[in-house]
Amino acid sequence: MAEGHKSLNLTLKVWRQAGRNAQGQFKEYTVKDISTEASFLEMMDILNEQLIETADPDGPVAFDHDCREGICGMCSLFINGRAHGPDDDITTCQLHMRKFNDGDKITIEPWRSGGFPIIKDLMVDRSAYDKIMQAGGFVSVSTGGVPDANAIPIPKPDADEAMDAAACIGCGACAATCKNGSAMLFVSAKVSQLALLPQGKAEAAKRAKAMVAKMDELGFGNCTNTGACELECPKSVSISHIARLNREFLKANVKD
Amino acid sequence: MAQLDSKIPEGDLKDKWTNYKEHQHLVNPANKRKIDIIVVGTGLAGASAAASLAEMGFKVKAFCYQDSPRRAHSIAAQGGINAAKNYPNDGDSVYRLFYDTIKGGDYRAREANVYRLAEVSNLIIDQCVAQGVPFAREYGGLLANRSFGGALVSRTFYARGQTGQQLLLGAYSALSRQIGLGNVEMHSRTEMMDLVIIDGRCRGIVTRNLITGEVSSHFAHCVILATGGYGNVYFLSTNAMGSNGSAAMKAYRKGAYFANPCMVQIHPTCIPQHGDYQSKLTLMSESLRNDGRIWVPKKKEDAEALRKGLKKASDIPDEDRYFYLEERYPAFGNLVPRDVASRNAKERCDAGFGVNSTGNAVFLDFKYAIERLGKNVVEQRYGNLFQMYQKITDTDPYKEPMMIYPAIHYTMGGIWVDYELSTTIPGLFAAGEANFSDHGANRLGASALMQGLADGYFVLPYTVQEYLADQFNVKRINPKENAEFQKAEKEVKDYIDKLMKINGKHSVDHFHKELGKVMWNDVGMARSKESLEDAIKKIQTLRAEFWKDVKIPGSKDGLNVELEKANRVADFLELGELIARDALHRNESCGGHFRVESQEEGEAKRDDDNFMYVGAWEYKGENQAPELHKEPLNYQFIKVQKRNYKTGK
Amino acid sequence: MKGFFKSSIGKKVIMSVSGLFLILFLLFHLCMNLVVVFSPCAYNEVCAFLGSNWYAVAGTMVLAAGFLLHIIYAFVLTVQNRKARGKDRYDSQNLPKDVEFASKNMLVLGIIIACGLLTHFGQFWAKMMFAELAGCEGLQFGPTQGAQWINYYFHDCGGLSIALTIVYLVWFAALWLHLNHGFWSAFHTVGLSNSLWIPRLKCIAKWFSTIICAGFAFIVIWAAAGAIDTKTPCCPKGKPEVHNQCQSGHHGDKPCDKPCQGEKPCQNQGK
Repeated sequence: MAEGHKSLNLTLKVWRQAGRNAQGQFKEYTVKDISTEASFLEMMDILNEQLIETADPDGPVAFDHDCREGICGMCSLFINGRAHGPDDDITTCQLHMRKFNDGDKITIEPWRSGGFPIIKDLMVDRSAYDKIMQAGGFVSVSTGGVPDANAIPIPKPDADEAMDAAACIGCGACAATCKNGSAMLFVSAKVSQLALLPQGKAEAAKRAKAMVAKMDELGFGNCTNTGACELECPKSVSISHIARLNREFLKANVKD
Repeated sequence: MAQLDSKIPEGDLKDKWTNYKEHQHLVNPANKRKIDIIVVGTGLAGASAAASLAEMGFKVKAFCYQDSPRRAHSIAAQGGINAAKNYPNDGDSVYRLFYDTIKGGDYRAREANVYRLAEVSNLIIDQCVAQGVPFAREYGGLLANRSFGGALVSRTFYARGQTGQQLLLGAYSALSRQIGLGNVEMHSRTEMMDLVIIDGRCRGIVTRNLITGEVSSHFAHCVILATGGYGNVYFLSTNAMGSNGSAAMKAYRKGAYFANPCMVQIHPTCIPQHGDYQSKLTLMSESLRNDGRIWVPKKKEDAEALRKGLKKASDIPDEDRYFYLEERYPAFGNLVPRDVASRNAKERCDAGFGVNSTGNAVFLDFKYAIERLGKNVVEQRYGNLFQMYQKITDTDPYKEPMMIYPAIHYTMGGIWVDYELSTTIPGLFAAGEANFSDHGANRLGASALMQGLADGYFVLPYTVQEYLADQFNVKRINPKENAEFQKAEKEVKDYIDKLMKINGKHSVDHFHKELGKVMWNDVGMARSKESLEDAIKKIQTLRAEFWKDVKIPGSKDGLNVELEKANRVADFLELGELIARDALHRNESCGGHFRVESQEEGEAKRDDDNFMYVGAWEYKGENQAPELHKEPLNYQFIKVQKRNYKTGK
Repeated sequence: MKGFFKSSIGKKVIMSVSGLFLILFLLFHLCMNLVVVFSPCAYNEVCAFLGSNWYAVAGTMVLAAGFLLHIIYAFVLTVQNRKARGKDRYDSQNLPKDVEFASKNMLVLGIIIACGLLTHFGQFWAKMMFAELAGCEGLQFGPTQGAQWINYYFHDCGGLSIALTIVYLVWFAALWLHLNHGFWSAFHTVGLSNSLWIPRLKCIAKWFSTIICAGFAFIVIWAAAGAIDTKTPCCPKGKPEVHNQCQSGHHGDKPCDKPCQGEKPCQNQGK
């Protein structure tokens, strides 16, 4: 609401990197009169307007964003040492400036993980997640010729748990936060969702093996159950799905 | 003036689609491999079309501007997807879904298309369940349904408040499978810059790689545009930041007609704007209007005190509150259709009763629902939404009423397509929100997802095949060795150079915001001849300024977000004018389009005698007035009626 | 199973299974050590039983293999994980407080434990099982005199004993942390966990590691306090504890089952 609305003057310490193989470094900028009502990315917009206005040699800061309502999974900043910034269960685009104080210095970094090379500034390449999905993150049905939607009853708790896993937005906060650069939470969300549903059971073994193999091939790290991913996941995807992935993977390997 | 042929098949309404499928031409499996199809956009319509066509054996190339096909803005749809399954046994049928959609669209949609949409709606649910979409279920294990605006039956399937996300991920998984199998070549972070037309047929596209800046061309036997709506013409909308109308505008300039551009939906329950720096608006689900009561203060001084923060909503006693929807529309109350609710909110705010610091908001109050149902029930029903509201506004809606204001949400208008979803350019198809086809002048809730998937899964795979049946012997063209492709590529490069060379004073956003203001004020919820004529002039001036004074830093080689935006805003500046022109010519009020000249007792007045047609615009060259073509709408199977929300009959 | 042990999860399963095996060993080791609290002589009997028998040697080999596997894979996984993390590090990273300290520092804790283990080997295993196998002579105590060795290190060596006691307590603290995470993590990795069981396993892990570490710590403190009685001679094997005859005092002709005044009985060596 209007009351309690304040203006902030801030120092931003932003990672600037011209390209994938370029040498990056932090640069400091100041922004003034930022409303506490503004979202974090709107503050970044203001910074960029400023950089365009002043013809900054590095140009505006490149960062990924799209829907700005916390669902597309495109935004991806590491703010003051936390994926998606200092608030829980939200994405960067849902972070508001009221979480900061006047005079704060805010460190803004890109996802840093071997699996996510930097494209420019704060923008990273997360196509590895797509590749993992292409390896097996689906039920092999083609369009048409499927049974009636109500032909297979699914217990509500299973459907609900599958939905919990399916809430993943593929933003990459899990691997970005993980000290091992592991993508297990992302992979497990899909494996677990489909393993819970009868539709996905037919190829559950194949899927678990294929997705894990792809994940390993792409150089993601090994899960050591720190649980940091779950805590930083904007959609609170639980590490219990990792346990299910482990189980599915073991089952798949025992079978053959 | 060429007569638009909508190619509606013969026969009874119920038999048209069946007849079409039974008599259409097919492509032999061996020949399918020789055929390339380009799909631009990977939202519900694009991803489902790309996956389905690849499954059939065609070679597909898919393009999206995001970093992954999974990020398309279909993902943000909250409510649900309609289907005529009649699982709850409450009297639903294909006909009823068809009827509700036509009526909801204020009789400006094509009967045959809408009937087909209702017909395939059930198949969509089957398909999605088979893909593993975790729809909500009852304890018995069967699918749950809920009701939605504009319908008397419960026909909406949903996955919590993330139905769009789940359906998109379903389509994305099908697409991923085909990419993995090598049947789809995926180009993400790539923007379509133009179409390539050879001998009157669409044969490919020119693209710009958003990371490297490389301009290249891609051949295909046909091209499908599934590039979404153009709500961002208004700068502030519930669309994603990158949502744009550029693909549609490039097609328009190449000869595809643009239909009903003025049909824009304004959603009444969005979180109000809070400052000039604001980048987008967030939608709150329409379902809130089931239990929330909408009001503004009766006294102007109260409204002023609220705006200054001197009073809180709870300080205003019930007798000083004006529940304007309940008083004006006793039969429907707070549940009047979106357009009516939006217009009334604007009317109150314009009259000086708006309640937030900008004066552009009304209250949506749950105090009464909490008194009636208890906080627990309210929390169960709307907990997620309340939490989201609190995250954004830092206000607790359990204690203080929510503030809402209408915002641009969906565009019913789009590229004109016939029954086969083919545009006026042979070989160019349009699907989903990018086409104009199924929602008439107003879209019902939970119908956008249905239409996107219907087009992609169940319509295009047939109609595209019909088109391609004689195309298999057209040899693949190497764009590098083809003059037409080279010419198109050069035009795109020149266009980019032209943009880069302006090197003026103002950022792209500056122009976009200016355009947004004009559009919202003059081509928004209440449009008049004067406001529209004024808007056209202002937009023309603004466009001229843009081309003189826009500043794009950096270089065209490599990532340049400002260049991307400039390309989109340049198109919006043209599209805005087109919307205004269409709105100006359509001197009636229907659905989302409200002309102040055309009302009756303060309500929208449709003019069926003069405007029962689809208005399709043909591009006539830069700074030339476009030409209007009319596709008459003949309602043969449905009785055209007037919408009435006051008496309930 | 082809390629299983090369996969990331496969390697983690090796960590998990070897870890669970070591957990079982710790439990066994504690039970064994606790005997010394009740009866030093009985403890020496246990030491004798677990001396250079073929089954004890075989068991030790398996145990060593378990340790080695656990340690080697810890390093392999860490190297891989560091590589996966990429070259660039965050300028600052503030993980949420709920991330367990142990989970982030398992390797460091593991190294502390391994160092403690080497000390422990030098003190006990080398002088007991190894000395017996190698036939070493001339040590203060024999290979089966476990209780004496314990007493020697933790009580009889003055300042060194105090230092050793502290080192051992630090060692157990590291072990406590390592176990705390390792216990539930091992179950999680083999998939024997879900949202219901994660908190349960974490709770069991706390109890388990506390019991193990508190048990060991108790023994060390018990020894440091000089509570292990190694002065009293042990009864010869196979003979009952009952005194047939008093060496002094007057009991008549009947054998007495209580020591006479001023006389110490030998300790029972177990039944």
